[in-house]
Amino acid sequence: MKLIIATIKPFKLEEVREALTGIGVRGMMVTEIKGFGAQSGHTEIYRGAEYAVNFVPKIKLEVAVSAAMADQVVDTITKAARTGKIGDGKIFVLDIQQALRVRTGETNEDAL
Amino acid sequence: MNMQRFTHKGLAAAAFIALPSLAMAQDAPAPGFDEIGPYIMTTLLFCMAGFLVFFMAAGFAMLEGGLVRSKNVTMQMTKNIALYSVAAIMYWLMGFNLMYPGEFNGYVGSFFVTTTLDPVGVAAADAALDYASVGSDFFFQLVFVAATASIVSGALAERIKLWPFLAFVVVLTGVFYPISGSWQWGGGWLSEAGFSDFAGSTVVHSVGGWAALAGAIVLGPRLGKYGKDGKVNPIPGSNLALATLGTFILWLGWFGFNGGSQLAMGTVGDVSDVSRIFANTNMAAASGAVTALILTQLMYKKPDLTMVLNGALAGLVSITAEPLAPTLFGALWIGAVGGIIVVLTVPMLDKLKIDDVVGAIPVHLFAGIWGTIAVVFYNGDASLGTQLLGIAAYGAFTFVASLVLWFILKATVGIRVGEEEEMTGLDMAELGMEAYPEFSKG
Repeated sequence: MKLIIATIKPFKLEEVREALTGIGVRGMMVTEIKGFGAQSGHTEIYRGAEYAVNFVPKIKLEVAVSAAMADQVVDTITKAARTGKIGDGKIFVLDIQQALRVRTGETNEDAL
Repeated sequence: MNMQRFTHKGLAAAAFIALPSLAMAQDAPAPGFDEIGPYIMTTLLFCMAGFLVFFMAAGFAMLEGGLVRSKNVTMQMTKNIALYSVAAIMYWLMGFNLMYPGEFNGYVGSFFVTTTLDPVGVAAADAALDYASVGSDFFFQLVFVAATASIVSGALAERIKLWPFLAFVVVLTGVFYPISGSWQWGGGWLSEAGFSDFAGSTVVHSVGGWAALAGAIVLGPRLGKYGKDGKVNPIPGSNLALATLGTFILWLGWFGFNGGSQLAMGTVGDVSDVSRIFANTNMAAASGAVTALILTQLMYKKPDLTMVLNGALAGLVSITAEPLAPTLFGALWIGAVGGIIVVLTVPMLDKLKIDDVVGAIPVHLFAGIWGTIAVVFYNGDASLGTQLLGIAAYGAFTFVASLVLWFILKATVGIRVGEEEEMTGLDMAELGMEAYPEFSKG
């Protein structure tokens, strides 16, 4: 089992969700986050004073899938979230040690 | 020319002296429209203009609520409704008669003379037929003093304690504003000297601005506003839609502020003048806003909405000292200069480390000074020297008196919340109540 964490541009969320449900992903967790990477921050002016926007708004997506499906999910997110411009985000893949569905008590791949 | 505000006292007295002869003529015909029409129309003007200026309290509340952070919104609303209400009571208790004392030495009238209304169903013979009812006059004047107090609350937002602030408002609205107001509108020494301030660029707006400036200096800036290296850290407001609504409400209210200051609507000339004032007032606001829009685009590469809002208000303040005499083009350029003043002086105050949350000092004080000077361009009766004398007199009195009062409050009860309270926000720290309890913390 793999946990795929992706940071994407907020306006790309719907496209990514559609693409993932299209390949059979049945659930995901979404969080609004701020952060910086290569895109870094930028400066703005408010009432004549310049200030740095150090953290850029992003969406964090977490998807738990079977190991067999992980590469396909990473590919799909990459294709759907890409604009080609700086700030498209990053994807991380982690191992999941255990999974459990609260309602039924099913475990591991049955719980995904 | 507008009727001087103070004349109504004398006229009422004249009507009173004439009363016995009228009373003897028992079978005289009921007074015709020529006699009572002006009284009715002017009273109506004061009532309607008073409603509009009253609504400016809502404008100030929304403007300030939008420009403070969400953790201070409940406190800002509390201060706004409290200051209006305190002003209304103080003006009855002493303000109105201190400001319009009738015969007086020209500097200070009598304290603690409360306001008495006309009797119920007053007879025409007993009314001030050359002016308006006492109730309408009192109401129209008290909404002006509330505007002065609102100016102070915006500048000192997000760090001043509620009760010391209200203590200042008590003295400002009951003593400072009425005393200095009597110099001009009460028929005092500045009006004798020929100073001209139609609706109060100086008498109302600069006075609020001076009181706010003194307060901002004594109070100090918000935590984190100015870095150790002299860097200015902007603290963006919570809701620019509310700030914009507030500005539009103030703009609407200003038609009453300036139009009502004609103080008469009983003749063709007067009613035309009122409409002339509306048109000029609107033009000055529009040109102030457009000027700020263009100037921020040129200076910062992007327009700054908060400056455009301030620009509209600066245009309004600029035209307030003489909204009647200028042509529409005159109103346009006077307002435009107001817009320029705001865009240039907001960063200037930051350089001096004077933290004015909503831009009240640039808008009401600096544009108020400009508007008072600009009177000389279209009003032939005004002279630059007298205008400067008036500006200096109001500035010296209000700034020094306010400074002393702020220092007394600071030394006795303290005027500033603690650091932790300020970081938590005044809503939870001082009131235990949030404006937006269901939103997550930003």
